[in-house]
Amino acid sequence: MLSEAGSALSSAGRGRPAGRTRPARRVLPWVEGAALLVALVVPFALSERTDLVTLATNVLILSLLAISFDLCWGLSGIMSFGQALFFGVAGYVIALAGRDLEFSQLWAMLPLAMLVGLLLAGLFAAFLLLGRKAPTTIFVALGTLTGSYAAERLVSGWQYVGAGNGLSSVKLLQLGDYEFIEGTAFYFLALVVLVLVYAGARFLKQSQLGLVLAGMRQNEERLAFFGYRVQLFKALVFSLAGMVAGLGGALYSYHQGFIGPGNMGPGLSTTAVIYCLFGGSGTLIGPVLGTVAVEVLTYVLADVDAIKRVWPVILGLVLLAVVMFQPKGFLGLLVSDRERIGSYGRRRAGGSGG
Amino acid sequence: MALLEIRGVSKTFRTLRALEGVDVDVKAGTFHGLIGPNGSGKSTLLKAIAGAHFADGGTIVFDGHDITRATPYERARLGLSLKFQITAVLPELSVYDNVLLATQSSGRLSSLLMSSTRRTLDGEVTALLERFRLIDRADDLAGQLSHGQQQWLEIAMALALRPKLLLLDEPTGGMSPEERRVTGTLLAPIKAHCTLVIVEHDLHFIRDICDDLTVLDQGRVLDHGDVETIQRSPKVQQVFTTRV
Repeated sequence: MLSEAGSALSSAGRGRPAGRTRPARRVLPWVEGAALLVALVVPFALSERTDLVTLATNVLILSLLAISFDLCWGLSGIMSFGQALFFGVAGYVIALAGRDLEFSQLWAMLPLAMLVGLLLAGLFAAFLLLGRKAPTTIFVALGTLTGSYAAERLVSGWQYVGAGNGLSSVKLLQLGDYEFIEGTAFYFLALVVLVLVYAGARFLKQSQLGLVLAGMRQNEERLAFFGYRVQLFKALVFSLAGMVAGLGGALYSYHQGFIGPGNMGPGLSTTAVIYCLFGGSGTLIGPVLGTVAVEVLTYVLADVDAIKRVWPVILGLVLLAVVMFQPKGFLGLLVSDRERIGSYGRRRAGGSGG
Repeated sequence: MALLEIRGVSKTFRTLRALEGVDVDVKAGTFHGLIGPNGSGKSTLLKAIAGAHFADGGTIVFDGHDITRATPYERARLGLSLKFQITAVLPELSVYDNVLLATQSSGRLSSLLMSSTRRTLDGEVTALLERFRLIDRADDLAGQLSHGQQQWLEIAMALALRPKLLLLDEPTGGMSPEERRVTGTLLAPIKAHCTLVIVEHDLHFIRDICDDLTVLDQGRVLDHGDVETIQRSPKVQQVFTTRV
């Protein structure tokens, strides 16, 4: 009798038997809202210090790279050590278009950069992910790392693209006759792009495709037995991640006025991993906050001569500590596993379901 | 015609011959039990049917398709579904989402992305959860369920794929006698739309729900037939009294 009443209640989507763990209060939307608010205020608060506005813009652009890696690892379980490859190649393409074609219109160049990232990542996905047998994590990690390393070496010795010096004085990004120089305008451009990309990634995570990806991370073989084309989904998300990285690379190139071999190598690829793991992979906002933390710390400490030289070592140790003691990143301290994974039962994350 | 025809299937692990020239016919609409002592090759045969590994020799024909070397994905699309021996529910997802994932696996990418499956399949998921007595736990994480409930969740997920043939590897493993009885009553109604191949140690359970049996011993078919025949078979009795 009682159990009948219980099931009747829960089939109405409300009742829950007492004594079971309830989904914890949701934290991520608040963190996201706060981050957006801060991002909107920053350029006005820092208007006296143009160097800091430049730093903030850089953080926004690198956040795209962090989100790109989070799409791979946090959402799909693909360990990519080559996200900078897509970032760097797109950066070179738009720099070359500016130099050789004297063209840098926003409406054409940003989509072009996205296309370059998408196609290049799609090509990598076809080789690394779409074999008859499912690839191991190590195979994909080494494959992407090798790609990133090989590209850096190739570009370093190629005179046409500036060899080791890279391409400097990249033509400014234009919209009609307006030119985006670094400063508040570029900051807001980067913010708009980041918010749009973030919204897209969030939509993907909360969709049923996101649920499939979450299941895949826990037991890939199981999902294949259900009849999902696991590797195809991975390849799809990997390509989208490449697209986001490409967009970031283009903005980086325009903003810095420079793109070099280091911007596509394993160094930057690994930095993207650090952003993501430090902040909290799989949360999307975590990698953005991780980027802020790492870049701001780097900026501050780079002025202190005693620390400047050992800074990469410190960064490495911090990453090691995070991986060992707090693998869910610092957001993992605030966000429950259930919220990170986003499986609530009959009511889906965001209150949009149910 | 048999729904599943296994002809001369063999499988070797390094030096161990796990299966040797095994023939089995599973008729549509029946519950078919695979029994035998430990190490007789029951689970190996089930895995070869499911595609968890490939047979070295012989053929497996399912519903007119040769699936001997088909991938798990291809088998699933043909209507073959497996419940794993060790429960493989997705522990960090809710019970509801576990069943939903199985139910929507034939959905198109666009419907997954727009999440329309969540609305259109809610009735189907809820019905399965109710049938397997899990509706009260729908919002809990699958990892929090008891062992018996995880087994039921597994069966619900396997059925959610609307299979023509369902493979069950020790569905009552680790269950209490009461849970075993309930499992039997939960499985009985599916005969109307689904054929079952079941590997199980509990011979009482097998006798109660199966129509036909194949007895394996040391990788070969010792005997096959309906439950009555097998119960009277002296060969089978000898193996089970001396080695079980």
